[in-house]
Amino acid sequence: MKRLTWFNATSLTLGFAFLYLPMVILVVYSFNRSELVTVWAGFSTKWYGELLQDEAFLDAAWVTLQVAVVSSTVATVLGTMAALVMIRAGRFWGRTLFSGMIYAPLVMPEVITGLSLLLLFIGIGLDRGVFTIILAHTTFSMCYVSVVVSSRLVSFDRSLEEAALDLGCSHAQAFRLVTLPIIAPAVISGWLLAFTLSLDDLVIASFTAGPSATTLPIKIWSSIRLGVSPEINALSTILIAIVAIGVISASLVTKRASLRREAEERAAEQP
Amino acid sequence: MSETRFEPWNDPQAQPLIQFQNVTKRFGEFTAIDDQTIDIYEREFFALLGPSGCGKTTMMRMLAGFEAPTEGRILLAGQDIAPIPPNKRAVNMMFQSYALFPHLSVWDNIAFGLRRDGMARDGIAARVEEMLKLTRLEKFARRKPHQISGGQRQRVALARSLAKAPKLLLLDEPLGALDAKLRQDTQFELMDIQEKTGTTFVIVTHDQEEAMTVASRVAVMDHGRIIQADTPDRIYETPTSVYVADFIGDVTILEGTARRAGAGYEITFAEGQPTLYSEYDVALADGAPCHLAIRPEKVSISAEKPADRRNALSGKVLDIAYLGNISTYHVALPSGQVVKAQTANTQRLSRRSFTWEDPVWLSWTDTAAVLLEG
Repeated sequence: MKRLTWFNATSLTLGFAFLYLPMVILVVYSFNRSELVTVWAGFSTKWYGELLQDEAFLDAAWVTLQVAVVSSTVATVLGTMAALVMIRAGRFWGRTLFSGMIYAPLVMPEVITGLSLLLLFIGIGLDRGVFTIILAHTTFSMCYVSVVVSSRLVSFDRSLEEAALDLGCSHAQAFRLVTLPIIAPAVISGWLLAFTLSLDDLVIASFTAGPSATTLPIKIWSSIRLGVSPEINALSTILIAIVAIGVISASLVTKRASLRREAEERAAEQP
Repeated sequence: MSETRFEPWNDPQAQPLIQFQNVTKRFGEFTAIDDQTIDIYEREFFALLGPSGCGKTTMMRMLAGFEAPTEGRILLAGQDIAPIPPNKRAVNMMFQSYALFPHLSVWDNIAFGLRRDGMARDGIAARVEEMLKLTRLEKFARRKPHQISGGQRQRVALARSLAKAPKLLLLDEPLGALDAKLRQDTQFELMDIQEKTGTTFVIVTHDQEEAMTVASRVAVMDHGRIIQADTPDRIYETPTSVYVADFIGDVTILEGTARRAGAGYEITFAEGQPTLYSEYDVALADGAPCHLAIRPEKVSISAEKPADRRNALSGKVLDIAYLGNISTYHVALPSGQVVKAQTANTQRLSRRSFTWEDPVWLSWTDTAAVLLEG
């Protein structure tokens, strides 16, 4: 073990402070009794209570959840299909063009994506609301899913599918019984990625949301313009907690699964 | 004795299980299989042997249904299989990578094909147990493929492909991933299982020893053609082409011209060298170019010129390949050719009679060498 020198300790402290100090301040002040965000007046959880009374915030949270679940699910289906075609269809005319077009939205500035979608919705006379946000989020998160899934498919042994066919499966059965269970971890992480992208998107949502539907990031953003309220701090703290719990449990599950697998493989080597 | 020998290919009454009829397979400009006709009989253990890219895997994939012939027909039990998709064929395949389903246990892997057939639950259980017993995997039924060793995985793949009792089992380099020792044991196990189940096996391999060990007949392939298809001993002892003689086993090939002499031929192969004599079933015109193929184990090496042999050449030991049980001597003739001679190391190495640069005599009998046209 290397000793922790004063230089390393300082770098570590500074680095983590840089990353987490803003969040710590936010969390601490969410428990502030005072109405003034920058003045500490004792511990209280009253802002959490008020948050639960605030219809507007609860509505926004509900819209955000709906949008995130529906758009990430649709994006996962479409993105997986796109990945299957790109990896499996072999060489066809325009393949490079198509794969480029699938990945282009990854580097497209969000403002442009949002603006073009807005123009499209106005052009075809679609009323903006939950539905348009779902469409917009599906559009941009689909390519993330397809990147994640195709990176898994590249290393997928095609003979597994051939074996399934050989043993009597139709193509659909082979996909359902063999391919999908094997690529499931990639599909699930694609879904989670799409879900988080949708959850915290502000730019595209603000272009495509209408007066009838507001997502949480838009709500927070518009409240901030009237001044930071402790209620926002409380809401943000809840979001941080949800994300942290999600990330930590996901990594714990992965870690335990890989440890168990290693142990089993060791056990298998013994005659 | 001769009635009990298994050689349906010599029986004109026998119905072949598989018939390739003028089959050609092209991938774009590339011809993988070039107008091939071959019959494979029931209960045969048929090996397709050749270097990579010779078309052996394409032959197998056409039988499995993953490729369709460009021209010609493939019949299975008299029926054209071209319109039958792979999942409807009474043919199963064991894949080179084994292609075990990683998310299923050994038991479920073996049951996979039976379930697709809509077999009753009890029937599936009984059949899976039977397969586990056949491949000695009873203890590992509940394990996942990544929890067992390579040799066990190979047996799971075999059990899975045999579970549906196919008419024909295809094996694509089935032992390629095993180490040498395990591979030998497994070869005998494969033959044993083939005999027990009475299934027709077609094996693809690039390993000639493997093909010779397991197969009833071996088809040596090159550039999309079957060069020779025959029993292992005939492939080795009586190759019909220089390619097969050279591909199978170790051999010395001398180029020369033949002249009829008594019951055999006299072969002139180099200036200043004595002519060689060979009795071999081949028809050559006087002065025709020929190749003489001599297996090293049929060549004796001695210090003195043997008096009783017509084929005797003198040379100098150039190299010695010591393989433990045998040694191969590479002997250079004054005319430049190198002839290989093999001896069993019946004595300790320190008592070896010849060493580098020693002058020696090589000799073989009148019938030892193979005389080939061209």
